[in-house]
Amino acid sequence: MLDLKLYKSENRPTWCPGCGDFGILNAIKQALAQLEIWPHEVLFVSGIGCGSKLPDYINANGFTTLHGRALPIAQGAKLANPGLHVIAVTGDGDGYGIGGNHFLHAIRRNINITHIVENNMVYGLTKGQYSPTSAKGFISSTTPEGAIERAVNPLALALANGGTFVARGFSGDPKHLAEIIAQAIQHPGYALVDVLQPCVIYNRVNTYEFYEQRVYKLEETDHDPTNPEQAWERAHEWGERIPIGVIYRETGVPTYEEQVSVLQGGGPAQTPPRLLTEAEREALLAELA
Amino acid sequence: MPVQDLSLKLAGEAGQGVESNGAGFARALTRAGLYVYTASDYMSRIRGGHNSYLIRASAEKVRVHRDHLHLLLAFNPQAVTTHLGELVPEGAIIYDEGMKVPEAQVAAAGVQLFPLPLRELAEKVGGSRIMVNTAALGAATAVMGLDLSHVESVILDNFGSKKGAAVAEANLKVARAAYETAGERYADRFPWKLPKVANAPRRYLLNGNQAIAMGALAGGCRFISAYPMTPASSIFEWLTAQGPKYGVVSKQMEDEIAAITMAIGASYVGARAMTATSGGGLSLMVEALGLAGMAEVPLVVVNAMRPGPSTGMPTRTDQGDLLFVTHLAHGEFPRLILAPGNVRQCFEAGYRAFNLADKYQTPVIILTDGFLASSLETVDLEDLPFDEVTIDRGELLDGAALDQLEERYARFRVTESGISPRALPGHPKAVYTTPSDEHTEYGAFESEDAANRLQQHPKRMRKLETARAEMQGPTLYGPADAEITLVGWGSTLGALFEAVEILNEERPGTANLLHFTDLWPFPPAAEEALARTRRLVVVEENYTGQFARLLASETGRKADHLITRFDGRAITPDYVLQNLKEAAVHAGSQAV
Ligand SMILES: Cc1ncc(C[n+]2csc(CCOP(=O)(O)OP(=O)(O)O)c2C)c(N)n1
Ligand code: SF4
Repeated sequence: MLDLKLYKSENRPTWCPGCGDFGILNAIKQALAQLEIWPHEVLFVSGIGCGSKLPDYINANGFTTLHGRALPIAQGAKLANPGLHVIAVTGDGDGYGIGGNHFLHAIRRNINITHIVENNMVYGLTKGQYSPTSAKGFISSTTPEGAIERAVNPLALALANGGTFVARGFSGDPKHLAEIIAQAIQHPGYALVDVLQPCVIYNRVNTYEFYEQRVYKLEETDHDPTNPEQAWERAHEWGERIPIGVIYRETGVPTYEEQVSVLQGGGPAQTPPRLLTEAEREALLAELA
Repeated sequence: MPVQDLSLKLAGEAGQGVESNGAGFARALTRAGLYVYTASDYMSRIRGGHNSYLIRASAEKVRVHRDHLHLLLAFNPQAVTTHLGELVPEGAIIYDEGMKVPEAQVAAAGVQLFPLPLRELAEKVGGSRIMVNTAALGAATAVMGLDLSHVESVILDNFGSKKGAAVAEANLKVARAAYETAGERYADRFPWKLPKVANAPRRYLLNGNQAIAMGALAGGCRFISAYPMTPASSIFEWLTAQGPKYGVVSKQMEDEIAAITMAIGASYVGARAMTATSGGGLSLMVEALGLAGMAEVPLVVVNAMRPGPSTGMPTRTDQGDLLFVTHLAHGEFPRLILAPGNVRQCFEAGYRAFNLADKYQTPVIILTDGFLASSLETVDLEDLPFDEVTIDRGELLDGAALDQLEERYARFRVTESGISPRALPGHPKAVYTTPSDEHTEYGAFESEDAANRLQQHPKRMRKLETARAEMQGPTLYGPADAEITLVGWGSTLGALFEAVEILNEERPGTANLLHFTDLWPFPPAAEEALARTRRLVVVEENYTGQFARLLASETGRKADHLITRFDGRAITPDYVLQNLKEAAVHAGSQAV
């Protein structure tokens, strides 16, 4: 266990007091300390949104990118340097809306990255519009008559697309969340941690009380996370009871990078670029003669 | 007397192997010691539609194709009607004797017909109708007065390993039979011959995209993520094919946004990474290019132009993205733009782009087009200057330098050059964040503070001024002093070069050429070069004269005349000469 102080950033979070993102930040630090991952050994890649400011608030390598684009950047970083732990941090609008296409493909690609979604079911940074995970009927500045679409179910999407690690946490229980994040980081492959994150300003529906009354821990039940049918059922459970914990875990599936022949000796960022040898030049030229 | 310069064209339906046979024949001619240049003309279809493939061959260097033909290999009747007008008098058409051709029309054009039993030879000697192409190439070789041996060697290469010795043998027999028959019947009647070159040095045949990809590989590129789009795909495919041997990671992504951002991720951690696309894809990449600019991530992007807007003309060529590429962004960031004009310059741009990207920690765009991307050019060894390739990573701090670091590492340190020493993530002494929001020297979010903005934004933009000093060109071709100066950029180099040659042969001192490859930041030598010119004729492949406008805005010098082409076809010497003549007539000025 490393000292949590290692991850203390000099930048003070600008999140609203009581924002669920604080719990997520603490849980992430806890998981890193527990896994003994040093700040220089991890790269956080985030998008844009309230939650995506997280890399600024933790002492570790971080890259805050564009709204929706954290996943392909994180995957590129991982393929180029598989030696780094790469953790993508996005909001729900970021990860499931504007970045939805990247999400679908990241799941099935199974590159060894962790994806933590701060799911507050609203657009926080842009001040309160509805999001892809807002419940049907959610009233916001852009859905005055209530959201008409059904909400995206990220867990079911991940399962349907071949996800190998699918989990949900609650920012109101950072200790439990830290456990899930630690497992996600250790999982070889794309690991999704969808985090129920109260936005205390713009979401008056999905509040701390809302979740505290409903969440239950899957480890405390007889849920078998290796069973796809059970996982599918739990992924659709929403209402009176909301499961948190590891919904699904499939082991033995090779990661993308394990199946790329040129990555077997490490990634291209791990060795400095070099000039071609005489023999290599001749081989290229011979093909053109 | 044998002429040294001959153009032939293969033409037929898509799916009839026009392109693959044309490329094979171009290789045979290169092996025969000749220089070739090809221009393919195909439609965006897999089957059907009319395709043609032009090969110009000469004992001397050829840099472009011409508008006229000496020989046409017609694989269907449409090929004759479409291309008859391109044949010079006494030129000839080789075709299967079973095919109907408009004889009177052909005769009126002074063109000869060389019917041959191509299909019969293919079927009887080779055992398959498919070999009708091979028969036509055998016949063409005979009438042009060349040995068959180089065609045979290409046949052996193409079929030998892939489809087995039996297919190779059958093709060889067909080629020989057609060679003999055509030689007996028509060799005497065809006025043009290509010389048999003895002891020619080994030469190489490749297109601009292969050269860019090979230059990139030589320059240490080891990561490409892309999304297929004509005419850029062959760069991606070439690096993918070579990948396993050289350790290149190649990844097709779900869209162009993912392609460029993945490359940014790879480059962020230190790989030399690129993507390649065409205008539609580049449009999707704009926001990410700004990210690379703001985050100071080196990045190489190839944009292979085709006529737009929208889907436009996918298989054609154009230079209509110039001002898009010089301006693309919301807000401002430094970008560098290289527009190579031939295979050699493509190779150079391939590795130079990576050095510039690393040095200035910002995107470098290589601007090519459908014509340069797909035209094969025979080059000498010195045109693929592997010995000149360098790998310069600029101010990149290695592990040892970081170990020595005494103060806190400032990723975005404000410097005079604008370049901040870069550390890759992974070193304990250089843990930092990079926000895409405006940030401090240390990489902390600072999207509001005016004083900080006044430091960081000019710091980034100063890199453009630093880079300007090493922007090359324009290159002057032809006499130092001339009545008119043609001005061009990118792939029109060959056409303008030859137009100038022809004009000066007719009347010495008529014309010269100023050709630009480095477009942005605008090369500092431009103004002085322009000061030495008299009448300025800008030639480019777009409607609005984008380069002429860039020239005017960067140097204050306005073009006296503009020649444009935007029908999706490459500018040729003939096109330039024709337009100059017309311009002179209409303007009533001196004839050129
Ligand atoms: C291309 C683009 N479109 C829109 C925006 C504006 N924008 C910033 S954050 C955001 C949504 C934030 O919602 P979410 O991703 O759920 O994150 P949260 O702020 O709730 O944490 C939007 C629309 C942007 N920055 N970039
Ligand atoms: S607006 Fe909501 S999500 Fe954003 S910081 Fe405030 S509470 Fe958190």
